[in-house]
Amino acid sequence: MKIKRIGTVAIALASVGALTLTGCASGGGDAPAESGDASAIITTNGNEPQNPLITTNTTEVGGGKITTSIYAGLVSYTADGEIENDVADSIESEDGQHWTVKLKDGWKFTNDEPVTAESFVDAWTYGALFSNAQSTSYFFDNIEGYDGAADSELTGLKVVDDLTFTVDLVAPEADWPLRLGYTAYMPWPKVAFEDIEAYGENPIGNGPYMLAEEGAWEHDVKISLIANPDYDGVRKPVNGGLDIKFFATQDAAYADIQGGNLDVLDGVPDSAFATYEDEFGDRAVNQPAAIFQAFNMPYYLEHWSGDEGKLRRAAISMAINRDEITEVIFEGTRTPATDFTSPVIDGYSDSLEGADVLEYNPEEAKKLWAEADAISPYTGTFDIAYNADGGHQAWVDAVCNSIVNTLGIQAVGKAYPTFAAALDDREQQKLTGATRAGWQADYPSLYNFLAPLYQTGAGSNYEGYSSEEFDNLLKEGSVAPTVEDATAKYQEAQEVLLKDLPTIPLWYSNVNGVSADTVDNVVFGWDSVPLYYQITKE
Amino acid sequence: MLWYTGKRLLQTIPVFFGATFLIYFMVFSLPGDPIAALFGDHPPAPAVIDQIRAEYNLDKPFIVQYFLYVGGLLTGDLGTTFSGRPVIDVMVKAFPITFRLAMLALAFEAIAGILVGLISGLRKGKWFDSSALVVSLLLISVPTFVIGFVFQLVFGIQLGWARTTVSGDAPWGELVLPAIVLATTSFAYIVRLTRASVADNLNADFVRTATAKGLSRRRVVTVHVLRNSLVPVVTFLGVDVGSLMVGAIVTEGIFNINGVGGTLYRAINLGEGPTVVSFVAVMVIIFMLANLLVDLLYAALDPRIRYAK
Repeated sequence: MKIKRIGTVAIALASVGALTLTGCASGGGDAPAESGDASAIITTNGNEPQNPLITTNTTEVGGGKITTSIYAGLVSYTADGEIENDVADSIESEDGQHWTVKLKDGWKFTNDEPVTAESFVDAWTYGALFSNAQSTSYFFDNIEGYDGAADSELTGLKVVDDLTFTVDLVAPEADWPLRLGYTAYMPWPKVAFEDIEAYGENPIGNGPYMLAEEGAWEHDVKISLIANPDYDGVRKPVNGGLDIKFFATQDAAYADIQGGNLDVLDGVPDSAFATYEDEFGDRAVNQPAAIFQAFNMPYYLEHWSGDEGKLRRAAISMAINRDEITEVIFEGTRTPATDFTSPVIDGYSDSLEGADVLEYNPEEAKKLWAEADAISPYTGTFDIAYNADGGHQAWVDAVCNSIVNTLGIQAVGKAYPTFAAALDDREQQKLTGATRAGWQADYPSLYNFLAPLYQTGAGSNYEGYSSEEFDNLLKEGSVAPTVEDATAKYQEAQEVLLKDLPTIPLWYSNVNGVSADTVDNVVFGWDSVPLYYQITKE
Repeated sequence: MLWYTGKRLLQTIPVFFGATFLIYFMVFSLPGDPIAALFGDHPPAPAVIDQIRAEYNLDKPFIVQYFLYVGGLLTGDLGTTFSGRPVIDVMVKAFPITFRLAMLALAFEAIAGILVGLISGLRKGKWFDSSALVVSLLLISVPTFVIGFVFQLVFGIQLGWARTTVSGDAPWGELVLPAIVLATTSFAYIVRLTRASVADNLNADFVRTATAKGLSRRRVVTVHVLRNSLVPVVTFLGVDVGSLMVGAIVTEGIFNINGVGGTLYRAINLGEGPTVVSFVAVMVIIFMLANLLVDLLYAALDPRIRYAK
C-alpha cells in the first residue's frame, strides 16, 4: 500500500512537470490550477462495469464513467453538453454527409503507440462488425457499408494518411460530430485486436487518466486510475487520479461520504432526498439531467388511437399534477417536463407550441375526456405498468391518484416483478394499458431523444407510434445545413408530438450529487457525471 | 459412527443434483429475456441480442441448457457471468468473505448468547433476567436493516469507531460491526433458548442428585446443567450457520460487502442461471454439512444418543 502510494505520487509529479513544460512552450495559454494537491487521489462512487472495458461494448453508466476517463475521442463534452475538439484538429463537411477528420499530431496511447487515423477507423470497424455483437454497433449504422444482419465492410471509412480519415454517411447529418464524444467512438491501440477480452480487463487509452497498474480493476470492489502524464487535450487533470469504488446500493455510498470515506458522490439515495441539501449545503447539487421520464399508451389498444386516442391522451396528460408530485414524492429532485428532451440539451425549449398540454388543467381534462367518451364510451380500468425492482411504485400510484381524482375513472399501477418481464410484454405488444418509459441520452443532441423512440419502426418505439409529419421533420432536421436549422426542425417535430402525445412526458430526473469538504470545483456534466479532471483536493 | 457419517455424506449427491435441477428450472422460468434487460432503455440491434443469447446457450431448450451446465460442472467449468467472468472466480472471492462474516457472527451469538442466557436462567426473575428478556424481545422485533442502519450511523458516522462500509478485501477487523448486526436476531433467540433450557434443567432430578452428592455449585452448573442445556442451542446454531451464510443480503447491502448474499441477489435479478445455481449448490452443501455436524455433536453432548447402523 505504502509503496503503491509513493509510486502514484512520483507519476503524478511527473505529470505536473509535463504540464508545466507544455505550458511554457505554448506561451502559458492556460492558467495554472489555482489550488489543490496535484497528486491527490479523488475517491468517488461507481458500479461494477457490466462488461470488460471495451468502448464499443459499453452502454451502461458503470463502465461509461471509466471509459470516458481513460479515453480521449475526437471531441469531448463540456459541462453544458457542447463539443470541444480533443484529438481532432478539425471535423469538416461541405454537405453534412461526407466528412473529413484531421487529427492533432503528437498524441499517443499510454503504451507510447501514436494515435493515428487507423486507431479510430480500426476500432469503429470492429464495433460495427455484425459478428462481433457489440452493443453499440447501431451507432455506426449511418456509415456507408454498415449491415446490421451480416458481416460487411464499412466502406464509408477511409484512411487518407496518418492523421486524416474520411467518413461517408448514408444520409446527411448536420450534427454528426455531436456524437463523437460518446464512448463508442474512441480510438484503440493495435494491441487491442490481439486479445480483445484481455484488453478489456486492462485497457490502454489516450485519455486524461489511465489505469494505475496492471489489474487496477478489482472486480466488484473498485478501479484505480491515475493521471496520464502524456495527455495534452482539453481535459487535463488537476488532481493525481481517481479511485472509483463500486457500491451495490446508493445508501452504502451515501453513508461512506457521510463517514468521510468518499470525496464525491453522484447519486443520492431516495432515503436522503429530504435531508441531503440541509446536510451538505452548497456541497449538494440538484440540477436537471439528460434523463426524460414518461409513460406511453400503446396504439394497439382500443380507445387509444385515432381522434379518440388523441383526446384521451391530452386529457390524461392534463389530469396529472406534475408540480405537486415532483415536490411531494420526489422532494424536488425531479423537474416537471415541458418537452420531450431535457433542459441540459442544446436546443431545449420550455415554450414549444402546444406545451400547455403538459400543465395541470382539470377542467380541460374533464372536457376532453367527455368529448372522447362521446366517440366511444370508456369502460374498465386504466393501468400503468412498471417494474417493481426500480423504485417506481410511489410515483405511479401518485399519477394514478391524480388521474382518478380528475377524471373519475379507475386507475391503478400494474407491477411487473422485474425490468425484463416488463420489457418482454412491451416488445411483444401485450400490454393492457400504459407503461412506464424513460430515456437517458447517449450524447447531447435533440435527435438522440427523438429518433430512437418515436420514428416509425425505430428500435425503442415499442408502442407503435407512426406519424409521417414527424418522420419528415426529423429527416429534414438531420439534413439541415446548420445545427440551428436542425434544432428548429427538431423543435417543430416535438410540436407534432405534443399534439399526438405518443408518450405522456412527466419530468426530467435531476442529478443529485454531494461532495465532501475535502474537495473543490465539483461540477456535474450534462451526462450527470462530475467533470473529474477539474476537481481539486487539498 | 463412521458408517453413519459416510451414509450421510453419500446422501448429499442426489440432493445436490435435485437442488441444482430445481433451481436451474426456476431461474429458467423467470419472466422476460435477461439479455434484453441488460441494456435497459437502450436496446442494441436485435441481431446483437440474438448472438449474445446464443453465446450463453439461452436460445436452447431448458433440458439442454441444464445438461450443458452439468457437463461443464463435471469438467470444473461453472460457466460465466453475463459480464464474461468465470463464475468460479466470483465464488472464490465471495465465499471467503461471507464465511468470515458468518463465523464472526456465529462466534458472537454463541458466546454472548449462551453467557447471557446462562446467567438469566440461573437468576430467573431477578433484574438481570428481566432486562435480558426485554432486550431480546426488542432485538427480535426490530428488523435487521433498522439495526444495521442505526449501527452504521452511530458507530460509523457519528462516533467513527468503525468504517461505514467494508473495504474490498473485507479484513476481519472491519467485519466485526456487520457481524454483530447480522447476529442480533439469533443472539436474542439463543439467550431465550439457553435461559429456558437452563431454568428447566435446574429443577431436573439429575441436577438435584448432583447437588445432593455434594458437588460444588460451579461443577453442577458447568457439567450437569449447561452441557445438557446446550442440545437445543446447538441445533439452532447448526441451522443458523446456513442462514447466516445465505441470509446476509441485507447486512451485506448496508455495509457494501461483496459476499454471497449480494452476489446472489444481483444474479437472480439478472437471471444469470450459472451463477445462481452454482452459488446455491454450494450453499446446499454447507447446509447439509452443518446439519451433519450438529447431529454428530448431539452424541458428544448427550451420551444417551447413539447412532444405529
